[in-house]
Amino acid sequence: MKRSLDHLFASPGSVPMSRREALRRSVYGSAGLLLMEPFRVLGARDSSVSEAPKVVEGRAKSVIQIWLWGGPCHIDTFDPKPDAGRAFTGALDQAIETNVSGIRVGQLLPKLAEMADRYALVRGMTHGNNGHETAAYLVQTGRASERDVFPGSGAVVSYFKGYDAGYSGLIPPYIVLTEPQGRFSEAGFLGPRYKPFATGGDPNAGVFAVEGVVTPGISEARQKNRRSLLGSLNTLGGALPGNAAIRTVVDSEEQAYELILGDAGKLFDLGQEKDEVRDQYGRTTFGQSCLMARRLVEKGVPYITINYKGWDTHKQHFQIMNRKLPELDQGLAALLEDLDGKGLLDSTIVWCTGEFGRTPKVATESPWNGGRHHFGNAFSCLLAGGGFQGGQVLGATNATGEEVVERPAYPADVIGSIYRQMGIPADAPLPHPQGVPTKVVPDENEDVPMAGLLDELI
Amino acid sequence: MKRLAFLTVLALAGTSAGLRAQHPVFEAGPMQVPLTEDADSSDRIDQLVLEQLRELQLEPARLCSDAVFLRRAYLATIGTLPTEEEARDFLASEDGTKRAVVIERLLERPEFADYWAMKWGDLLRVKAEFPIKLWPNAVQAYHHWIRSGIEQNKPFHQFAQELLVGSGSNFREGQVNFYRAMQDRSPRGIASTVALTFMGERTEHWPERKLDAMAGFFANVAYKSTAEWKEEIVYFDPTADVEGLTVGAIFPDGTPATVDPAKGDPRALFATWLLRPDNPAFTGNITNRVWAWLMGRGIVHEPDDFRPDNPPSNPRLLEFLQQEFIESRCDMKHLYRIILNSRTFQLSSIPVQDTPLAAANFAHYPLRRLEAEVLIDAINQITGTREEYSSPIPEPFTFVPDDVRGIALSDGSITSSFLELFGRPPRDTGREAERSRNTTPAQRLHLLNSSHIQKKIEVCPLVAGADELSPQERADLAERAYLTLLSRYPTGEELAAIEAHAEETGTFGRTLATDLVWALLNQPEFYFNH
Repeated sequence: MKRSLDHLFASPGSVPMSRREALRRSVYGSAGLLLMEPFRVLGARDSSVSEAPKVVEGRAKSVIQIWLWGGPCHIDTFDPKPDAGRAFTGALDQAIETNVSGIRVGQLLPKLAEMADRYALVRGMTHGNNGHETAAYLVQTGRASERDVFPGSGAVVSYFKGYDAGYSGLIPPYIVLTEPQGRFSEAGFLGPRYKPFATGGDPNAGVFAVEGVVTPGISEARQKNRRSLLGSLNTLGGALPGNAAIRTVVDSEEQAYELILGDAGKLFDLGQEKDEVRDQYGRTTFGQSCLMARRLVEKGVPYITINYKGWDTHKQHFQIMNRKLPELDQGLAALLEDLDGKGLLDSTIVWCTGEFGRTPKVATESPWNGGRHHFGNAFSCLLAGGGFQGGQVLGATNATGEEVVERPAYPADVIGSIYRQMGIPADAPLPHPQGVPTKVVPDENEDVPMAGLLDELI
Repeated sequence: MKRLAFLTVLALAGTSAGLRAQHPVFEAGPMQVPLTEDADSSDRIDQLVLEQLRELQLEPARLCSDAVFLRRAYLATIGTLPTEEEARDFLASEDGTKRAVVIERLLERPEFADYWAMKWGDLLRVKAEFPIKLWPNAVQAYHHWIRSGIEQNKPFHQFAQELLVGSGSNFREGQVNFYRAMQDRSPRGIASTVALTFMGERTEHWPERKLDAMAGFFANVAYKSTAEWKEEIVYFDPTADVEGLTVGAIFPDGTPATVDPAKGDPRALFATWLLRPDNPAFTGNITNRVWAWLMGRGIVHEPDDFRPDNPPSNPRLLEFLQQEFIESRCDMKHLYRIILNSRTFQLSSIPVQDTPLAAANFAHYPLRRLEAEVLIDAINQITGTREEYSSPIPEPFTFVPDDVRGIALSDGSITSSFLELFGRPPRDTGREAERSRNTTPAQRLHLLNSSHIQKKIEVCPLVAGADELSPQERADLAERAYLTLLSRYPTGEELAAIEAHAEETGTFGRTLATDLVWALLNQPEFYFNH
């Protein structure tokens, strides 16, 4: 820690920079594996630090966010309306009973139906926005601000629970499996240091080529040979023994090789799991991403996002649901089961939703011919673990799933509840770039719709 | 430029560079400086550096080799790596003045304007920001104004004058964006930015009264929008001073001022005070910055932290540079030229005494990691590839040509994950230290093992043509790779190590070439300007 501080404040006479400025100088990119040395950048003049946020150890230690990118249909999944008629249900007109009396889920989720006691369903999700980017920004940040770019929940957790809070090790505190979503879902004004590390690659492939860790086509033997060539050609290093700048390069290189060739990188080797376990999750990119997420949770990574694409079904909605929902069902059920079996569910929050729901009324006209469109008026969110009590439903929509009629929940309510379980209180300050007092959960000074944190589920 | 003829006269020091033998790759002969009567400006710099070193009982390093000089001069002057051909030609040349000749050429290259516009872009905070501050078209105008000033070698007092008193549309008068790109546009905020930019002073060290007094000159800066979307006019408004700051306006050196906004823009008064040739705050700042940019460290360090308790390490040297600058009528290229031609710039990076005191007195050249933009440009040049840049500013859509070089990017918001990872500055504060040149494990991992770099190496011309190579072809490949990446010929030991690697791994073609380019690209010798 000391060494990194020296880097930042190299001159004895220099004045500490603002937190943001200092943080932005050392950066996570999104292309290489982003291992930063754990260091703390505290400026003496930094008010957000002197008012030390009252962040405590939460009941939850990790969050797994399953992001159904594109917007899944709530009435085909967690809020079935079998009695609404075929104009709404289409072919998926059955709901199935779960192991909790009175709770039913969509007919393509039989495995999740057997374990409803382990998750809660929030059926009153709403924000009213029907644009992918703006809705995704809303759901991931809890804010609708056009003036500032707020950080997503992963970046916020990384800010409070990552390297600045004593998290250490080579594995970054905020990991995305496998592709990042881009600007609106990430670090916002917290700066690139809090951006996620996106693994790239495919965990369901023969080799999970994690960006920067596993390079396809370069064997371990070749890596070792190359490293030895690298050393034997270091003529400048030989001429400058003890040079501080070169020593930093060598130290950094050793850490990098710990991931490329050492034990740290083995974390991403799913071949170390038993075949039965891998089968349990399903041999799909999503299923194996869930398994990978569990391995990361075991390593103490505080925030993992699985970006699960393909839910934007304006056309061929039902064909796609028939293919995707069993995949979701298997992977998510296996994840909850596995976390529970390992005693990790109590300290791991799993939340699963997309940026909005889909129009309950099926678009039968041409060119949609059986599709569903964007629907920000009502949708659902699954919440499990980390203190959220399973076997509950919060909120309700009307008979057709078009209106929230009971206990609405806005994105900020969900995210704020997750923060609270992680030990990040609603009034913990965020370092706003213009110094505007800003809390992790919007307060009355911000014009953000909220209906209250989800106390009912705790 | 008849430097060699002077070598017989060892006025100040003929050094031993310790008792160590000369390094065959990185060093040339000892540093020797001619007698005063024959001395040119560069010699005078060397005399002042040597005198100081002698007083401190320090010894200068040897001069750097031609290969080191060429690479260093290119990277420090135009932020660009020499090509294989440029390296071959230079190393083969027997012209005794070839170093001076290269320096003159570099000062005329278009990359000179690109690279220094990038540097000024950091200081002048040239970036579009979402939601607002500078709009992309304003940024283009601002960058264009800066770059053409550098290209034309506009005298620096004129450059500063135009920035300080600019009025007009942010879209048409690029320089007025100086007043728009500030984080704090209050009179005190403007004064603080002007002090940082042109005096190298951080006003948080100032008594409050001093900042208030300087703010008086900037209390009549006003902004108004026009019918055109996002256009803004910066102008002088005699009635804008709501706080009554102009009444208390005093120049930062304590000289009283009579400011009457009814008679004219007070900024002009300030500019007249600041840009007087005998104002050391002005000439000290710019000469020290250029020195720091080329030498890796200021005579006052950090270069934007002038204050009484942070004195210059070599006051006579700084005075001399100021004198030269004034006599040349603020000719920036003259300043570059005399520093680059000095032996001090051309010292080896192998120190005799590796101490902070020796470093602060320029006894050897420091190792500096290539800036993010320079590094990716170098990698692209070697591998014949391009980089994709994008801007997060949603609209108007920012067009980024796909062959643009990193150093030529006009707008700090146009970026790539590579630039972010390697410490490109956010351009928020205008402080020099915003740009990070440190080394992190994430950076090492990226260069060692990312698909981004791997793919570039695979298509590198050095690699693409390399199928089964005979021993002679392997030696040729190594020579070309060394000249392309490190601007020098390989040593016998290095050739033997490459040959041993080929034998051990049984790779004699494309794989060998890939490994070699990879290994050179990951050398500290590549990663640093040394």
